[in-house]
Amino acid sequence: MSSNAGQMKEPFIRMAKRDALSQQKAWGIRGVAFLLSLVTGGLLILALGHNPFSVYASMIKGAWGSRTVIHETIKIAVPLLITAIGISFAFKMKFWNIGGEGQILVGAVAAGAFGLFTAHIFPKLPLVILMMLAGIAAGGIYGLLPAVCKAKWGTNETLFTLMLNYIALAFVKYLMNGPWKAEGSSYPKIGMLVPGARLTKVFGVHWGWILALVLVVAAYIYFNKTKQGYEIAVVGESNNTARYAGINVSKVFIRTMFLSGALCGLVGMLQFAGADYTITEGTAGGVGFTAITVAWLAKMNPFGMLVVSVFIAMLERGANTIQTNFKIPASASDLLIGIILFFMLGCEFFISYRLIRRGKEETHA
Amino acid sequence: MLSTLNSLFIAAVLAGTPLLLGALGEILTEKSGNLNLGVEGMMFMGAITGLAGSYYYEQGVVKAGGDPSGVLSALIALIVSFLAGALGALIYAFLTISLRANQNVTGLTLTIFGTGFGNFFGEYIGQKAGGYVAVSEVTKNTFSKLHIPVLSDIPVLGKLLFQYNWVVYFAIVVAIIMAWVFNKSRIGLNLRAVGEDPATADAAGISITKYKYIATVVGGGICGIGGMYMSMVTTSGVWVHGCVSGYGWLAVALVIFATWSPARGMLVALIFGGLTIMRMYVNIPGLPAQIYDMLPYVATIIVLIVTSMRQSKEHAQPKSCGNNYFREER
Repeated sequence: MSSNAGQMKEPFIRMAKRDALSQQKAWGIRGVAFLLSLVTGGLLILALGHNPFSVYASMIKGAWGSRTVIHETIKIAVPLLITAIGISFAFKMKFWNIGGEGQILVGAVAAGAFGLFTAHIFPKLPLVILMMLAGIAAGGIYGLLPAVCKAKWGTNETLFTLMLNYIALAFVKYLMNGPWKAEGSSYPKIGMLVPGARLTKVFGVHWGWILALVLVVAAYIYFNKTKQGYEIAVVGESNNTARYAGINVSKVFIRTMFLSGALCGLVGMLQFAGADYTITEGTAGGVGFTAITVAWLAKMNPFGMLVVSVFIAMLERGANTIQTNFKIPASASDLLIGIILFFMLGCEFFISYRLIRRGKEETHA
Repeated sequence: MLSTLNSLFIAAVLAGTPLLLGALGEILTEKSGNLNLGVEGMMFMGAITGLAGSYYYEQGVVKAGGDPSGVLSALIALIVSFLAGALGALIYAFLTISLRANQNVTGLTLTIFGTGFGNFFGEYIGQKAGGYVAVSEVTKNTFSKLHIPVLSDIPVLGKLLFQYNWVVYFAIVVAIIMAWVFNKSRIGLNLRAVGEDPATADAAGISITKYKYIATVVGGGICGIGGMYMSMVTTSGVWVHGCVSGYGWLAVALVIFATWSPARGMLVALIFGGLTIMRMYVNIPGLPAQIYDMLPYVATIIVLIVTSMRQSKEHAQPKSCGNNYFREER
């Protein structure tokens, strides 16, 4: 705010709220911001002594260049997308669920309880259903804890959900070292899911991707066409308005956080039964955090999340390629995601406000 | 028994110091009404740049044929890590104060960015150094425990109070200065006014933007120094992938237990430092190590719930915290 330049002189730049900008122009601004973020990333690559164009090209090729890597990219996108949808449930009502990691882990552990120990009892179909239900229930309950406390006492949910991540992580490490340690293994690890119980592949990737697409549509309908979805939106705008309108805010918190956690728990099950076939401390692998950026970049729109999650999956998969090809550490993807998000967060300002330079009188205000 | 308690206390102080620095930085930030959830990221940025600053200084001096000075090396680490944390906070401040972006999401993004920044450059510099980055003995010695004449030699008490590395004392001094500024100085009172009720402060002629920017950026710098402690003291001058690993988040939680008071921050940092390392000193039979590791996090949750159950106005978060201030939307 440059409003402090004094009363004597008009400030060099001042700003005014825009009238609603056309969708096209708004997307134009976002497009420019996105390009600028890639340029910033490119400058960083240049500073490291590489050609940004060949690094970016290698990233794209590393993500889409062959059938195998396409499968890998989709495998990264699926958990991101479902977690992002899950997190957007909470974020839409301004409930800051950053406990996706923990909810994924407990979902995986609950699924593992059935997958690892009852695979010889149940045939595949009931076993997979059991694993799914277990994952959903565990993730949901884990998400429920902070929601209940928030509804009852207004407990800070950001830190609560976050602390639950570390607790879940410690629990997985405990299982790896103790009760679930694979027989005959010299270092701590959990055994593998038997091949007969693993999720069936459709076009080379476990069917989680179909489920993810279904969830995109389902979430869109839930948010936009149902009463519960509307209640979430109202609570997100203002708790008091919601109360005034006769919405039971506590109930909405609790119900929505159960759904949010449940979707994350489902991701844990998919990762366990479809991708890793075991549980490690890396099962969640930062998905819970990255999904937040996916949801935010997509402005909580499930179809947008589909696009963004595929894009981020491309960055992550591509980062592995540039690590082998250019010896650029794979953490570059986090750095790049951060830069892109900074620009996207910043550009929203230019959609809502316009800057007026000193001396330029307004002619059309 | 007594010696166990003594060594537990010493270890708790050592483990609590980065938490204290992170919490102090965040207290300063929140006093201005900015809730910066990027502490973890800023600590990562401070951790790698502090280490890299010392490392490159040493390399440069050795290449020129000289002997690196430990004090200078430590000073460089301190300044560089402060600047890195401040840079992270500046991005946050620009986005939230000038461009009015959502504080929660911007802070989380800063955490993702800073974590990537730390791990990326940690690995990158490691590759260049032929495996991993590590500072030499000279710098390491500067970060090991001090020997203060007379004081350090007092039996028992000398060991408990006067034999830490210099960053511990630095953190305590920062806490005392901050406590004084908040309660006794005009600047501190103005800052608190900004955090509590920016519209009133604005009407009283206080520059909201200036106070918010300075508090957030300096706060970020202090968090950066906390990160430097992780890489220089906790991992003794070697870059370990993901070394901050949750300490930044614990620091954010500490702010709540310290009820936004720097003085109380010292006490809770000591307690939480103790909880993180207690496993090494107090053995509880039958309790697996990994379950023991949950302790600080479980304690955090319990304290969160208890403090939220009995809310008091006096020990609450600055009122405008988390909300951006738009003058024209008053």
